[in-house]
Amino acid sequence: MLGKTAGGLYWMFRFLERGENTARLIEAGFRIALTRSNDNASEWKSVVTTAGVRRGYDAKYDSYDAHKVVDYLLRDTDNSSSVISTAQNARTNARMVRTALTTEVWEAVNENWMTLKALMKRPIAETDLPAVLGHIRRSSALVRGAMHGTMLRNDVYDFAQVGTGLERADNTARIIDVKYYTLLPSASFVGSPLDNVQWETILRSVSAHRSFRWLNEGDMTSSNIAEFLILDSRFPRSLSFTSRMIADNLEFLAKDYRSRMPCNDLIDAQRDKLRQHSIKTIFEVGLHKFINDFISDNNAIGAKIELDYRFNG
Amino acid sequence: MDQENKHFDEMLLNSDGVRPPYQEYQKWFSSADPNRLIKKSKEAEAFFRRTGITFNVYGQAAAQERLIPFDLIPRIISNREWTRLSKGIEQRVRAINAFLHDIYNRQEILRAGIIPVELIAQNEAFLPQMIGFTPPGGVYTHIVGTDIVRTGEDDFFVLEDNARTPSGVSYMLENRETMLQMFPELFTQNKVQPVSNYPKNLRRSLEACAPSNCEGKPTVAILTPGIHNSAYFEHSFLADQMGVELVEGHDLRVVDGRIAMRTTQGYKVIDVIYRRVDDDYLDPLNFNPDSMLGVPGIMDVYRAGNITIANAPGTGIADDKAIYSYMPEIVEFYTGEQAILKNVHTYRCSEPDALAYVLEHLSELVVKEVHGSGGYGMLVGPAASKKEIAAFAAKLRKNPSNYIAQPTLSLSTVPIFAKKGLAPRHVDLRPFVLVSPMGMDITPGGLTRVALKQGSLVVNSSQGGGTKDTWVLED
Repeated sequence: MLGKTAGGLYWMFRFLERGENTARLIEAGFRIALTRSNDNASEWKSVVTTAGVRRGYDAKYDSYDAHKVVDYLLRDTDNSSSVISTAQNARTNARMVRTALTTEVWEAVNENWMTLKALMKRPIAETDLPAVLGHIRRSSALVRGAMHGTMLRNDVYDFAQVGTGLERADNTARIIDVKYYTLLPSASFVGSPLDNVQWETILRSVSAHRSFRWLNEGDMTSSNIAEFLILDSRFPRSLSFTSRMIADNLEFLAKDYRSRMPCNDLIDAQRDKLRQHSIKTIFEVGLHKFINDFISDNNAIGAKIELDYRFNG
Repeated sequence: MDQENKHFDEMLLNSDGVRPPYQEYQKWFSSADPNRLIKKSKEAEAFFRRTGITFNVYGQAAAQERLIPFDLIPRIISNREWTRLSKGIEQRVRAINAFLHDIYNRQEILRAGIIPVELIAQNEAFLPQMIGFTPPGGVYTHIVGTDIVRTGEDDFFVLEDNARTPSGVSYMLENRETMLQMFPELFTQNKVQPVSNYPKNLRRSLEACAPSNCEGKPTVAILTPGIHNSAYFEHSFLADQMGVELVEGHDLRVVDGRIAMRTTQGYKVIDVIYRRVDDDYLDPLNFNPDSMLGVPGIMDVYRAGNITIANAPGTGIADDKAIYSYMPEIVEFYTGEQAILKNVHTYRCSEPDALAYVLEHLSELVVKEVHGSGGYGMLVGPAASKKEIAAFAAKLRKNPSNYIAQPTLSLSTVPIFAKKGLAPRHVDLRPFVLVSPMGMDITPGGLTRVALKQGSLVVNSSQGGGTKDTWVLED
């Protein structure tokens, strides 16, 4: 496979994942805005921060009004993480690697982009927001379904999965990073309405409010949530799960190509670290530091993969 | 018919009859429900859009990707007509390859005084880098797309030879796929020769042209300028259909005197490169130094015999519009036969008498740039306003040798499916020819382009033309 093709696949799936994550953040922010009347601005601000687009947003707007934030995250092409930009970028990469994709996957990505472009010609009114977000969720499920159902399990699939895993790990880690103070045991006024709303937002941002409750039988504490997001290998957006996803697929590549690469060692080290920790020892290290280290390790792994597999010249 | 048609219509005779190749089709059409056809027509458009069969129009940033409209009435050619056409095309392509070899080697046609020396020596499309070099297998034009128009029952003219990098073959293939899906019953009623072998034949044909030092199965790749090129869809489509890599200049480099592509596991040697990049951009070391699309040093690798470039650099000299006017002589010189297909009479504006005539008759003529393509920069006299003609005349006087002129032909029409039923529209035909040391292969059919505007003679997709499926019957 061409190095460029590997890179195109990797980025295509990073963008698809990023678009989905951005939509989920909007959904969580919208939800909290509906359930709480005061201090909406600071919630929307943390949504913008979590999406990693503070600098661009602040350069454009000087307040965090719902409609501005939603517009910036959904339809603003100046924002490379907006839903429309990610759909566009995913499609551009898909066009570039068209020969590596099945017709089903290509058509799903292409249709997704066409419908989003049509939907987002004009600003989205608040009443239409749930339907638009629902559409985004459905179309990304379609792409994912086409991919799992039709693609060969070879290096094409591996690079796609690695891209998905890295983007997802980064997203979950950033959510924890922005809200870490609400997850500290010291900050826990158990069951206070404030915490409940904060925790609910976090869980919604990763589409886990129901599965968490189901797994923990309603026992909602800060350390339970932190443990779930970081260490629960059953939850497909936890750091532990995504690390395994990246490691497994890099391992498949190493076997396929009969050659282990420096990136294999990096991801293995990250997995070991996660396996050795319990939520208690993470709090001892410091949740904030732990997450910051994770984010920079994750970035380093991404950079190493690009190098090892010759994505660029 | 929505108008009196004074042109030759390939389907309908003026006395309300139907020409023989269309008889079966006409039966089917007259019993078809128009509403169903309208619905099918919309389905086809949605299908093209979803699958991404689009092209980019230069100079239209907002539009970016556009569809080429597809018309559901096929263009039907009888086996007898095709046999004659394909013989004529083969003869012409054979002559072009012989001409190219001659012009870059012994130049006998110049010595014989058949073509003026300055037409070659001062021609931008003539590449001195090709002098004294014979490409692997002696093939210059691996892929040709000859543009043919018709004016009557037996009157076929070659309009252009397209010996550089002809495009449109993906539409030939996708149009057929679309027709098969929409109207399968038509293909049981009519025996239509298949076109679907083209990608397989293209790959085999390219492999047969690999350099002689290539061991084992040759590695083929398509070189594209990238996703912003107007024909990118076709490049990726062909790579996909042939099962070869689609590369860009920055994926390639010279490794140990060979061209190699950067893969996830290191550099891998390529033996045959089907390039969809113009000569000028192919090699920044040998041609345009600013090119980001090519591969530095590829011409040196080529001249050392370590890669096949299809089509060979420098083939543009053969489809140059000034050279075109000499094609009947060229065919005769190299094949010893009279040309089977006619040439359109061409005024070379470089010649003072011709220029004077052209300037006087601009409103009747089609004037083209010698190196132009895609319908850009041309004047269609009968359709132009006085102001446009005056402006063009000024350009023409400034640089006469940049232009040729031809009479406007009464192009044949084939009906399209319009709102009010069948409506005649002008068409041309681009059959695709593959050349290798094994011989020549012409896919039965080709790309039929149709001017969708009533009365218009410009069929180029960049100027609002559409396409039709093209059938060659088995008889």
